Amino acid sequence: MNGIANRMPKFIRRADPAVLTAFACIVLLLFLGSLYSRSFLSPEYLLQQLKVASFLGVIATGMMLVILLGQIDLSVPWSVAVGAMMAAAAAAYGPIGVALAIPFGIFCGVLIGIVNGIGVAYLRIPSMIITLATNAVAQGLMVVYTGGFSPQDSATGAMRYLATGFTIPGVPNAVIIWALIGAAMVLVLTRTSFGRSVYGIGNRERAAYLSGIDTRRVVMIAFAISGGLSAFGGVLLAGYASKAAQSMGDAYLLPSIAAVVLGGTSILGGRGSYLGTVAGVILITLLQSILSVMQMPEAGRQIVYGLVIVAMLLLYGRAPASR
Amino acid sequence: MKDWRYWLAEQRGTLLAFAIFIVMFAIYTANHPAGFTANVVQTASNKGVLLAFVAMAQTLVVITAGIDLSVGMIFTLTNCLASWLVIGTGLETAFGVIAVLGTGLLCGAINGAIVIYGRLQPIVATIATGAVYFGIALLLRPFPGGSVNEDLADALTGRLFGVVPASLVALFAVVLIVWVPFSRSVLGRAAYAAGSSETAAYMSGVPIRRGKFAAYALAGLLAAIGGLFLTFFTYTGDAAYASGNAYTLFSIAAVVLGGVSLFGGKGSAIGAIFGALAFRTIGDLLFVFDFDPLWQPLFQGVILLIAVSLGAFALFRVRNRLEWFL
Repeated sequence: MNGIANRMPKFIRRADPAVLTAFACIVLLLFLGSLYSRSFLSPEYLLQQLKVASFLGVIATGMMLVILLGQIDLSVPWSVAVGAMMAAAAAAYGPIGVALAIPFGIFCGVLIGIVNGIGVAYLRIPSMIITLATNAVAQGLMVVYTGGFSPQDSATGAMRYLATGFTIPGVPNAVIIWALIGAAMVLVLTRTSFGRSVYGIGNRERAAYLSGIDTRRVVMIAFAISGGLSAFGGVLLAGYASKAAQSMGDAYLLPSIAAVVLGGTSILGGRGSYLGTVAGVILITLLQSILSVMQMPEAGRQIVYGLVIVAMLLLYGRAPASR
Repeated sequence: MKDWRYWLAEQRGTLLAFAIFIVMFAIYTANHPAGFTANVVQTASNKGVLLAFVAMAQTLVVITAGIDLSVGMIFTLTNCLASWLVIGTGLETAFGVIAVLGTGLLCGAINGAIVIYGRLQPIVATIATGAVYFGIALLLRPFPGGSVNEDLADALTGRLFGVVPASLVALFAVVLIVWVPFSRSVLGRAAYAAGSSETAAYMSGVPIRRGKFAAYALAGLLAAIGGLFLTFFTYTGDAAYASGNAYTLFSIAAVVLGGVSLFGGKGSAIGAIFGALAFRTIGDLLFVFDFDPLWQPLFQGVILLIAVSLGAFALFRVRNRLEWFL
């Protein structure tokens, strides 16, 4: 076994088996898809998939940061919706509102993230619980906000341009944005002390604290970034659909967690690479696309989805055999 | 000698939840236009009992230091299944009830098997199985509909002797049949021990795997009982994503209000029941004070946020900063 591994090229030996599995699954899905329909391998279709994937990619980037800490962010659904709805709402206030729509949407997401971060880092509330609670509060706020009067909900031109326009011919803007955010994330994770602290805290917060890292601040910033990226994903989605809707984020919680975990990031924190998350996001998007091309009803999609995630996790997401 | 002090310390969470419930319910009935009548109590208990069952289910899993984010979906799935099966003659209805409860038990057992024998994290595993359960529910009921044996439904949602709500009696019976034997059995103690310190429990030869598995499976059963009652109240099955999610969320709130520690090993289902009843009553306070119902989700969210933040008071007792990091 070892002999075979040693004879493989170096980059394969160094790669995480989980990331390789994820990429292998992508190839397998593309192959199965091409059997079903010829147009599956056409550049137009693949580019379209990449564009759809970039919304999930932006959201999953924030989720990955939080999962690397060994925490989880379950406030994604309403962070996405708040980002979209607040950006659209700001646009109702004249030209200044239109100009500030996108920053304002992201700012609201960051606020949700900061509340999460304070709860997790300073009040030591389990992240799963506090993020569920802020999710509920964000939902309540949006229900109150939309219930009283009919708000402005259509996306601004800038939002539409970011999500559907083309700055470089042939490459959708959304893909460029995902690439930029991804590059920034890789840089932060591998080249900054903040990024190394995230891995350190994910491995053992106590040790990170004793080596002089302000772990609470790092955790709070990570949650704020996650909230902001979720909201930015919502802004892009609103631009894509050209309007903001209340339940638009519901479909992104499970996929974003699944993408990160399928990409080989340990749900216990401290281990994982951004390349894996990219693979996970593409994998999930392709899976969704194939299921919808096959005209699988919503019920079947949910079932396949859950089963695939459980199966993949059982393949390589298991905790070590205890003791 | 000082036994009562230990007992008091152990039951503090439960007693606090009971006190909150009593105060809230007193405020509720005092301001209700109809006042404290059998009708008001019946309606309130019917609403509260649903959440109480789901909260009991959540308690069993939380005690083992896990979490079950699929309880709401099991609740929805069994509701849809019951709207097909729990109908017809007495015998058919009985088989239907057994099938529904069996399905819940199976869903819980699948969760348990994946988490314990598959060694997956409970959060991710139960989110994924929750998606599967919801998918099946949607297959069963693409549109709200179906029916239920109305005689049985009316009997279980009405009043006994014209005063006592039958649903409360059913809740009491379930506590006696499921919770009391479980919490006193070896498996129940194992579930507590596994949540308190898995390593120590393992070293002492406690059957932690079986204990945890039993907790997850029984959680599925309790969620199914909740789903069955939902069918009795509404006479229909409805695969509503939002409602399933809301029940999962509220069950966590109820568990926290009921004094069950989210880190495992501490608390009781009785506390969670009072937590659930208190949470429901607080949510309904808005109605008796004539607020716009639009505010209800926000109000419930804020209560949840406050309830979970209360746990932070334990930080003041921490002497060594390293104890922040569990």
